[in-house]
Amino acid sequence: MTAVALSHLSKRFGNHLAVRDLNLEIESGEMVAFLGPSGCGKTTTLRMITGLIQPTSGDVLFDGESVVGIPTERRGAVMVFQKHLLFPTMNVAQNVGFGLKMAGVDKAETARRVTEMLELVELPDLESRKAHELSGGQQQRVALARALVVRPQVLLLDEPLANLDANLRITMRQLIRSIQHEMGITAIFVTHDQEEAVMLADRVALMFDGVVQQVGEPDTFYRRPSTTRVAQFFRNSNFLHGVRSGNVVSTPVGDIEVDPVQVADGSGDVILSVRPEEVKPVLAGSDAANTVPATVESVIYMGTHTQVVAKIGNSVWNVQTAAAFNPREGEEVLFELPKEHVWIVKDDSNSQPDAVKAS
Amino acid sequence: MTVDTKEPAGPAAESQEYVDVTERPTVTAKWVRRLAVASIAVAVGLPMLSLVVWSFAFRWNFPNLLPSEWGTQAWAYVADDSSRVVEGLWNSTKVAVLVTLLAIIVGLPASRALGQHEFKGKSAVEWVLMMPIIVPALVATMGIHQIFIRLRLTETLFGVALVHLIPAIPYFVLVMASVFANYGTALEETARTLGANKFRVFRYVTFPAISSGLLVASMFTFLISWGQYVTTLLIGGGTFVTLPLVLFPFLSGANHATAAAISLVFVAPAIIVLVFTSRQLGRESSVMGGFGRI
Repeated sequence: MTAVALSHLSKRFGNHLAVRDLNLEIESGEMVAFLGPSGCGKTTTLRMITGLIQPTSGDVLFDGESVVGIPTERRGAVMVFQKHLLFPTMNVAQNVGFGLKMAGVDKAETARRVTEMLELVELPDLESRKAHELSGGQQQRVALARALVVRPQVLLLDEPLANLDANLRITMRQLIRSIQHEMGITAIFVTHDQEEAVMLADRVALMFDGVVQQVGEPDTFYRRPSTTRVAQFFRNSNFLHGVRSGNVVSTPVGDIEVDPVQVADGSGDVILSVRPEEVKPVLAGSDAANTVPATVESVIYMGTHTQVVAKIGNSVWNVQTAAAFNPREGEEVLFELPKEHVWIVKDDSNSQPDAVKAS
Repeated sequence: MTVDTKEPAGPAAESQEYVDVTERPTVTAKWVRRLAVASIAVAVGLPMLSLVVWSFAFRWNFPNLLPSEWGTQAWAYVADDSSRVVEGLWNSTKVAVLVTLLAIIVGLPASRALGQHEFKGKSAVEWVLMMPIIVPALVATMGIHQIFIRLRLTETLFGVALVHLIPAIPYFVLVMASVFANYGTALEETARTLGANKFRVFRYVTFPAISSGLLVASMFTFLISWGQYVTTLLIGGGTFVTLPLVLFPFLSGANHATAAAISLVFVAPAIIVLVFTSRQLGRESSVMGGFGRI
């Protein structure tokens, strides 16, 4: 139950700035996801929290105290990696009890806590098995138990579910979430899978090129992406350029009204965005507001819904409609962009390369 | 990973699932295996058998299938001090053990660096390490000889061990580097975060994991030192006698019985070491994944 703070944290490898001026406060008992594509600096950040690598500048604080000078083994920040999970020469009980042995806990107490923890991860009676006799999911659970049994200050998970298949991932996700809640442990995990981040974390920190782009509760990434890249990472590439004056944005395909309470910022040249699932097809002659004409380019029936790719002005939009909606290719249709779902994003599509090789 | 795809949700069901690692081989596979073992045994064993016969031969002339007269005179000579076989055996053992220890001290950190880290000039280091395999150790020994004379290392156990290290190190490092590469750093890092300091990480995590590979590498090193002739001759100066030095004159000579007897003494440790290590490895072959990558 430790609050973690990262303050102006940076890490440089040679000429490459892997993490740049990262600031984040993680509350005690909170579960935070570092989300981003590979090479964005998320794992580097995790390793700086453990002390396995030292920050180039900045500070890591546990409960307000800097831990940068404290070696890994005395920090209490326990890491679970995605591969090479278990010590191969030890059995399950020895693996789980490893941290307790290092801490000098006596044998009876160790045995008790190991048993208790194996029950918590729903793996009783496997104490004497070796790592290679367990399935991938079981190894994952043992690794989790081994980390939790020492009651860590912070639990760090590096792509914890990456090596598991889809069904198992869902089970493990629920297990991790429930144990983390039950024990009230502060946990940080890294992932490149936005779905995983959204389903598991209390808050998500999205990173590109060593820089945190946006921090917030999962739904803000869907409803309020800060930039075009953030929106795209969450599978929304519906953008429409326009000029805003007051609450109206005039675009090449007509005026779009925005909600001034939601969209307070942004004037002049702006980019509008509406999530694929919020765009609604309407009949011609309908009295709905904020409608735009669109030309259907492709229609894919997905069972529960229909995926329509359509051109609105010069932009290509993805629209997720009811399964019953079935226009022909090339057909002119009308889409409603509901006022409450129209959001303005910043354009950062040109800002990608400079961050990679900042010197 | 077929197990994962049908992993049941309930804990009760899951605990039943057990990956059976000891798959039963088919009857054909069993026979192929036996045939392979048998042919290897014949290929290795038959020449050995002829050595044994030779070593007890007193008179064995051409078309006879077996010696016409038997005797133990060759073995008596081997046991006699004047033959220097016992002295050579003892010296060979001392040198080979010392070379193995030195290889571990020098080679373990080097192979770890090569197997797990990227650094500037890594390929240059790898090239230098491979040089003794490409260039005969004799070439280096000629130059080293001069320096060893000045350092008073010639005709000494330590000097001979040092020069044996040249051909031995590449093999040791090759094996260990791939063991380290295969083993990775994640387990050690996990252990660090779980409260183990660097020393305890090595003792409880690294060493148990690499020990089988270390055994193989040490065996290689021991046997390379065991078989050295020219390097020993040059640095030992004929005063420091190892088993190959005792054996070689007999191989070109006409006394086949004595040559056979000394040869048997010469190969015996190799076979003992081989049997011993293969037994050790048989117990825990999973750790030897890296060995297959060479």
